[in-house]
Parts: sequence; structure tokens; C-alpha cells
Amino acid sequence: MSVLVYTESENGKFKKSAFEVASYAKSVADQLGTSAVAISFSADENNSLGAYGISKVLSVSNDQLNSFNAEAYAKAIAEAVEREGADVVVFSSSSNSKYTAPLLAAKLKAGYVPNVVESPSSTAPFTVKRTAFSNKGFAHTEISTAKKIVGVSNNSFGIIENSADITVEDFAPALSDGDFAVQSVEVDKVAGKVSIADAEIVVSGGRGLKGPENWGMVEELAEVLGAATACSKPVSDMGWRPHSEHVGQTGKPVASNLYIAIGISGAIQHLAGVSASKTKVVINNDPEAPFFKAADYGIVGDAFEVVPQLIEKLREFKAQNA
Amino acid sequence: MKILVCISNVPDTTSKINFTEGDTQFDTNGVQFVINPNDEFGLTRAMWFKEKQGATVHIATVGDASVEPTMRKALAIGADEGIRINAVPTDGFFVAEQLAHVIKEGAYDLIIAGRESIDYNGGMVPGILAGLLGMNFVNTCIGLEVEGDTATALREIDGGKEKVTAQLPLVIGGQKGLVEESDLKIPNMRGIMMARKKALNVVEPIGATTATADKKFEKPEPKGAVKLTESVDELVELLHTEAKVI
Ligand SMILES: Cc1cc2nc3c(=O)[nH]c(=O)nc-3n(C[C@H](O)[C@H](O)[C@H](O)COP(=O)(O)OP(=O)(O)OC[C@H]3O[C@@H](n4cnc5c(N)ncnc54)[C@H](O)[C@@H]3O)c2cc1C
Repeated sequence: MSVLVYTESENGKFKKSAFEVASYAKSVADQLGTSAVAISFSADENNSLGAYGISKVLSVSNDQLNSFNAEAYAKAIAEAVEREGADVVVFSSSSNSKYTAPLLAAKLKAGYVPNVVESPSSTAPFTVKRTAFSNKGFAHTEISTAKKIVGVSNNSFGIIENSADITVEDFAPALSDGDFAVQSVEVDKVAGKVSIADAEIVVSGGRGLKGPENWGMVEELAEVLGAATACSKPVSDMGWRPHSEHVGQTGKPVASNLYIAIGISGAIQHLAGVSASKTKVVINNDPEAPFFKAADYGIVGDAFEVVPQLIEKLREFKAQNA
Repeated sequence: MKILVCISNVPDTTSKINFTEGDTQFDTNGVQFVINPNDEFGLTRAMWFKEKQGATVHIATVGDASVEPTMRKALAIGADEGIRINAVPTDGFFVAEQLAHVIKEGAYDLIIAGRESIDYNGGMVPGILAGLLGMNFVNTCIGLEVEGDTATALREIDGGKEKVTAQLPLVIGGQKGLVEESDLKIPNMRGIMMARKKALNVVEPIGATTATADKKFEKPEPKGAVKLTESVDELVELLHTEAKVI
């Protein structure tokens, strides 16, 4: 018995979420009285997972698996599950995790619960708390199959240091050409820009910004904060910003530490997708904007005055605290 | 090409969410049900394949008779035929097994599902379905073309997009981008009249696994009042010392 966790990396470097899911796996392993084992693909510093309680890493370094392929990854993870006798498999909430976990669930005939926000409240029956109804509720969900898959909601559990002795083993899963039937042709990624899923801070603009030409200050604010940029749905529908920035119930979910909403009214569908963020700041010139009711901090004012001042103040702050 | 669009019947996005029976059931009282938005983008893309490439489009929903108005709406948008699997959808694995059975019987080339349903946000039906059927699978799909037996799809990834190719039969988890918001169709009178005459076949469920069960629900804690400030200096100070996020 053990708990297996898929620790994601990009260009060899573990993502922050890898440390969070590793911490989560360790917590489940402690509850079950067993150890936490990680599987990584083309990661450079496997030993670093020891700081979060991982006692063994199955390190896959196969050229074919350098870039993500859901079916091949699911197959490799299934083989690792068998090899380690794992009963619980832990994923993050990244798009790659959400792509791979259901494929693994079919292979293992495993119950899968995504968007989990806490360590299990009980291990027999195995019960986890997860968000549902687009953050308008929580469900306490029991998994009744022998193998269990849990997807941890980003930024919900946190990174917990828990030093363990770690061993790293090379792991060469048996794969066939059929596992690569979905072939990547090209990846289009803006280099050096943090994604909404990985960002600790997200700066988001709405229709109140009047037009795409006014996004300079949003980008500048994001740059000062090392944040990702996002937008409300109408803004992407009108083509002011790319669809990939649309957040909310029908767009991307946001679960950052800080979410700054500028000129966004706070419609129910928008709030549903961003309310998992820990701290929400609203800048809006209408004191009646519904977003203020869902926010932690707010400035009632004209974005075109407030945002440049905020950028300037943050620059000073960064200079002092650098 | 034979397409099956999997339609989930979900509460309208503006619904107030409440629970009943000692917080063990979702309270459907006063809730308006609609086609899951992610599925509607997929259905609209399927209509494009029907118009441009002569595809046949069926829809399938796992649900009791109460889902039929939503299915009729999908037929009014233009799907040719519907299949209702007569069971209350208990969890994603169960739904995927039911759909997999119907898909095997119907010999579909392309299965279009939504990335996730906006009610339980499981996001697992398309992937488990593909896994059970041994079909190729592309998730978070924001663009799809089919030529002969080959599909070219765009998928959204964190921080960008990826173009992939795969042979049919294929399952996709679709979302906005498959078509634009402005392409979505509101059924017209003629569509609604025609939908009444289209076949909506009811099939009984197969015995299937229930892998997970929601035992209890709760609502988030009410939010404390917002702290308003007039100065950016104070805001920065609060974010630093109180919220500790910068
Ligand atoms: C099925 C469905 C799904 C949806 N899904 C989503 C979703 O996923 N995400 C989403 O965002 N929306 C979604 N919506 C749309 C949602 O209902 C709202 O229409 C949308 O969120 C409004 O966007 P907004 O806040 O940018 O614009 P508006 O509602 O127009 O708000 C603009 C705000 O800017 C403020 N403002 C104007 N000028 C200034 C200024 N100079 N300075 C400061 N503030 C200013 C105004 O006071 C106002 O509050 C969905 C709708 C439906 C029906």
C-alpha cells in the first residue's frame, strides 16, 4: 500500500503545485499509515520532493514523454500504481492533471474526485471535501472503489514542509505507439508569462475599461506584481482580449492568493469562477457594484485614476521591500 | 460522419444553490435547467459539421424524464435524434459507463462532450468515456476540424494552446472556442415545432459501477464585509500587513 502523486514539471522544473500535491499526498499517507511516492516526468531535481514528505520518486526520463501526452502519461501512472501497490493517486487541478486523471480512472476502475480542498475527513469510508456548483457549495464525497483518485484544488491545501529521506528510482514504463495516437503538432505558449492556473496573483479587467486600448495599465500592474492577466467574459467575447484570459464559470477558474478586479461588476457567473481566490480586491466607480459584496478590499473610484496610482505605489513598495 | 453530443442538464448559471433533506440533496425548487454551457458550444460545432459536411448528429443524456425539455431544446437547435438513458446520474463514472454502452451500440465516429458540467464540476465523463471505449481523447478542446478519418484539434493548456491530430473515433471535452458565443443559436419557432416530431428514444440503464457518492453538501461561510479605502497607499499597506499577499 502507498499513496502515489503525479508531480508536474515544466522544462525540468517542478511547478509550485507539485509541492502542494506532494504535501497533500504525504498527509493522506500519514492518515493511512503508509508512505508517499511521487512519479515525475523529465524532472531535474527529484530530491527536492523530500522536503514535502515524499520518500520515493519514480523518475521517468523517456524522450517520448518529455512533452505531455495524456494517454501515455495515464498509462505510465497506471503501471506505477501497480508497481507500488498504490491505493490512492493524487493529482493537481492543472489542465494536464484534469486531462490525465479521468483516463487513469477508466484504467483502474477508480472513483475520481476533483477540486478537493482538504485532506480526507475519514479514510474508511474514504471521504473528501470538494467544491461543487462552481464554488457556490461544497460536497463531502465518499469514494467506494478499491483504487481512489483525488484531484487537489490549487492553493487550497498549501505547501507543507515535512522532511523525509528520499530515494529516486529510474522508472521506464512499457509504452506502445498506440499510446501516442493523439499527436502534438505545435504548442503555442507565451514565453515568460505566468499562466492564470499557476499565478499567485491575477489582475483582471472588465467592460468598465472601455476598450482594448486601455489594457496597457492592466498589463503594467500585472508586471509589477508578477501576476497573470485575466478578463471578464464580455471582454473576451468582444475580442478585446484573447479567450484564454476569460475567467469565470464558463471560463477558467481562478484560485489565486490575490485577485484584483478592475471595472468588473461581479455578475454571479463571474464570481462563481473567481471566488476560490483567497483575497479579492475590487476597483470600481460604482459603489453599488455587486462585486463589493464578495470582495475583501475595495476602492470606489475611476479605474483610470486609481490604477496608475496603484502601479506607482506598488513600484515604490517593491523598491523598498526588494 | 456520425456524431454523438453528450448533453448534461444543469441549473442555469444564475441559480441560487440550496440543499435540502438534511443537506444531502441539491434543492431543485425554483431552479431553471438548461443545456450545460460547455455542451452547447459542442452542439453548435456539431451543427456546423452537419451543415458543411453532412454529419448526422444525435444527442444523449443520462437522466429521468425531467431532462426532456433540455433535450428537446437541443433537438430544436438542430440535432437529429435523442437518446435518453433512463437513470438518475449518480456520479461521473456511472454516467460514462451508460454513455459508453450507447456509443458502442450506435457506432459513432465523434463524441462531443463538455469539458465539465457546471453543476458538480466533475470534468471526468469525457475522459472516462474515452478510456472505457479505448478511443482517442482531446480535452479542453477549443477548435475542431475533421477531414476523412483525421481530426485536427486545438486544446487549451495552462498559459497557451496546443494543436493536436488524432484519428477518429475521437472523444472531445469541449468548451467555448469550439464556436464563438455569437454563433450560439436560440431555437426558432420552426426548430421547436420540428423538434417535437424528432425521435427521443428512451433506453434503460445497464448495471454500472457507482464509484463515488456525495454524502453531504454545505454552503460556503458568508463573507465578511468589504474594507473600503480611498487611498492606494492604504490598500498596499493592507495587502502587505493584513492579507499578507504582497
Ligand atoms: C451562461 C452565462 C455564462 C457566463 N459566464 C461568465 C463567465 O464565465 N465569466 C464572466 O466574467 N461572465 C460570465 N457571464 C456574463 C456575466 O453575466 C456578466 O455579463 C459579465 O461578467 C459582466 O462583465 P463585466 O463585469 O466586465 O461588465 P459589466 O457588467 O458591464 O461591468 C462593468 C463594470 O465596470 C464599472 N466601471 C465602468 N467604468 C468604470 C471606470 N471608469 N472605473 C472603474 N469601474 C468602472 C461599472 O461600474 C461596472 O460595474 C456569463 C453569462 C451567462 C448568461
